[in-house]
Amino acid sequence: MSTPLLEVTGLQKHFPITAGLLRRQVAAVRAVDGIDLTVNKGETLGLVGESGCGKSTAGRLITRILEPTGGTVTFDGQDITHIKRGPLRDLRRDVQMIFQDPYSSLNPRHTVGTIVSAPLQIQKIPTPQGLKKAVQELLELVGLNPEHYNRYPHEFSGGQRQRIGIARALALKPKMIVADEPVSALDVSIQAQVVNLLDDLQRELDLTYLFIAHDLSVVRHISDRVAVMYLGKVVEVAPRDDLYAHPRHPYTVALMSAVPVPDPSRRDKAQRERVLLTGDVPSPIDPPSGCRFRTRCWKAQDVCASEQPPLTVLADGHQVACHFPVSDEEQHAAGSGRSAAAAQARDKIATVVADPE
Amino acid sequence: MTTSVPVTELGPADLSPPKSFLEVRDLRVQFATDDGIVKSVDGVSFGLERGKTLGIVGESGSGKSVTSLAILGLHRTRSNAKVSGEIWLDGEELIKADNERVRRLRGRKMSMIFQDPLSAMHPYFTIGQQIVEAYRIHHGGSKKAAKQKAIDMLARVGIPQPSRRVDDYPHQFSGGMRQRAMIAMSLINNPELLIADEPTTALDVTVQAQILDLIRDLQEEFGSAVIMITHDLGVVAELADDILVMYGGKAIERGPAEAVFRTPEHPYTWGLLGSMPRLDREVRDRLNPIKGTPPSLINLPSGCSFHPRCPYAGRNGDRSFTERPELTGTTHAVACHMPPELRREIFIQEVSPNL
Repeated sequence: MSTPLLEVTGLQKHFPITAGLLRRQVAAVRAVDGIDLTVNKGETLGLVGESGCGKSTAGRLITRILEPTGGTVTFDGQDITHIKRGPLRDLRRDVQMIFQDPYSSLNPRHTVGTIVSAPLQIQKIPTPQGLKKAVQELLELVGLNPEHYNRYPHEFSGGQRQRIGIARALALKPKMIVADEPVSALDVSIQAQVVNLLDDLQRELDLTYLFIAHDLSVVRHISDRVAVMYLGKVVEVAPRDDLYAHPRHPYTVALMSAVPVPDPSRRDKAQRERVLLTGDVPSPIDPPSGCRFRTRCWKAQDVCASEQPPLTVLADGHQVACHFPVSDEEQHAAGSGRSAAAAQARDKIATVVADPE
Repeated sequence: MTTSVPVTELGPADLSPPKSFLEVRDLRVQFATDDGIVKSVDGVSFGLERGKTLGIVGESGSGKSVTSLAILGLHRTRSNAKVSGEIWLDGEELIKADNERVRRLRGRKMSMIFQDPLSAMHPYFTIGQQIVEAYRIHHGGSKKAAKQKAIDMLARVGIPQPSRRVDDYPHQFSGGMRQRAMIAMSLINNPELLIADEPTTALDVTVQAQILDLIRDLQEEFGSAVIMITHDLGVVAELADDILVMYGGKAIERGPAEAVFRTPEHPYTWGLLGSMPRLDREVRDRLNPIKGTPPSLINLPSGCSFHPRCPYAGRNGDRSFTERPELTGTTHAVACHMPPELRREIFIQEVSPNL
C-alpha cells in the first residue's frame, strides 16, 4: 500500500508574462511554486484548493501535459520531469487524465467509438477480438450502453459524457489516473453516480487516483489522503480523517469552516464557528513574502512575513507548512479555537468595513 | 408594513386576494421550439413574506431560474415565452400589468443578483456608472449624489477603497468582488424583493461564506424578502426559512427548511440528500445516487415525472405512471402518490439510516 507510485519534489511552473516588441519576460505567474507530493500505489490522494491555487496546473505537470519549470516528477521509479516525446507516449499508457468539462473535452465530430478507441489506435495496442469489441467492453465497464458506439457526444447528457471521458482514460489500462474536477460540472444526483463509478473502478482495476477538486465534501468521500494547496504551495497533507477532524493549518481550518452545512438546525452554530477570511487571494505574480497565507491569517506574526514555513511533519503525522499550527486545544476548548478565530476575523472585517480607505 | 406571517399555502384555484407580500399562483412558462413545447415551469405556486427567505432547490433544467425570471418579467420582451398564472407582488398583479409598470418595479421594488457577474455586468462601463444608472433611473437626482450613494453601497458590501474602485471596470475586480458589486447594484434602490439566482455557484467556498454572510446581514438591515435559487443544499440550509424543491418544472415539495431537511417527504428530496457527501456525517462507503437522468422538458414522463427514477414507483398500482400528483399538504406539502404513512415508514426504515 505504501510504495510510492508518484513522487513530486519541489515542482514549479512559472508562466512567463511578456511585454514589448521583443516579448521580453517582465514577470511570471508562479502557478505552482515548489510543491512536494507522494501518491502511493492504490490510494487516492485528494488535492484541494480554491480557484487559482495551482491545483490544475499541478495535475497537468504530473501528466506532463505541461513542462515543469523546476523540480522533479518521478513515476514508478522513472524520472519523467523532462521526458522526451517517445518515452512520453509510453508514459501515457500508465498515466491518464479525466477532465473537468465533459462538453469541451470530447471532440463533437467524432463518435463515441472513435473517441474511446483513439488511445488504443495511437498506442497500437493489439485488440484480439477487434477494436469495436474492446470499446464496447469499456463502455459497459463505465455503465454506458455498448450499442451507443456510433453515437456522437451531443446525444449524451453531462453525466454520460463524463463516463465517456472515463472510458477513454481507462482504455490503456493505466496505473494512475489524474482526475481534474471530474464531477464539478455535474448535477448533484449525477455527481454521486460518477463518484461511485470511480470508486468501483479503483477497486476492480487497482487504480491510483490523484483527485483534484475544490469540493471538500466530495474529496473527503473519495480520498485516502488529502493535500491542501494555497497560492501555488501545498500547505497541509494528512490522512483524510485526520485532516478533516484536526486541521492544523489555519487556511485548512478556514476552508473547512466555510463549507455550508446542509442542516438548518445547526445554522447558528456553524455561523458562530465560521472563520471568515478577509479579502481575496493575493496575485500569484507577486505573492506575499514568507508564508503566503499570512495576509489573510489571524495568527500571523512577524516571522511569517520574513520566513517561509517549510512543509514539516508534526508529531501526529500531519505535514504542515505553518509557523504556528492550530492545536487541538485551540480547536476544542470551549469559546476559543475556531470561535475565537471567527471572532478575530469578524473584528478584522468590521474594521475594514468601518474604515474603507 | 405587515408583520411576519408564516408562508401561506395556496391551491392553484385559490382566488382570494393575496395575503402575503409575494404570491405566485399556478405559474406556467412555456417556450415553443422546433422540437415541441418546452414546459419549463408547469403550475408552480408559492408565497413569501417580507424579511423571509425562500430557497428554491433543483437540478439544472428543473425550472428554478425560469421561475425567477418570470417574476421579474424578463420573459416579456424579445422572448417567445408564454407566461400564464398570477404573480402578486404587494397587492399588484404582474403578469397582466403593462410593460412600463413592470419596468418601474424592476430594479426598484424587486431586483436580482445573477449567477455570473462577469456576463451580467457591462464590460464597457465602470462599476460606478452601472450602479449610478440603476439609481438614477428610479430616483433621478444629480449624478454626483448618485455616485456618492454608489460609493456608500460599495463600502457597505465590503469593497475596500470604494471611492477609488467605483471607477474600475468589471474586469478589474476579482470574482468575489464582482459579486459584491453586483449585490451593491441590486440593493441600491432598497428593493423589497431580492432574487438571488445561484449567487455563489461561481465562487470559492471561502468567498461563498463571505457573500452568504453579506446577504444575510443586508436582509436583516433592509428587511427584504429574498428568493435564493440554488442547486446546493448546503447553501439553502444556511439561509432559507422555507424551501421549495423543483423537479421537471413542478414544485414537488415545499415546507419550512427544518422540516424539509429533517423529515423530507418526497423520494426525490431523499435522493438529493442521499447523493450528497456531507462533512457533518461519518464517511459513508458509498453514496446513494438517484438512478437515471433528469427528464426532458419536452417529453415529460407520464403521471409523476419522477417515476422513471423513483425506486418506489408502482407501490400504488399504476397511479405513478398515469396520474400527475398534486402538491398537497398545509405547512409541509408534497406531490407524491404514496400515502403519508407509507412514506414515513420508508423514510424511517430505509432512507434515514443512509443519510
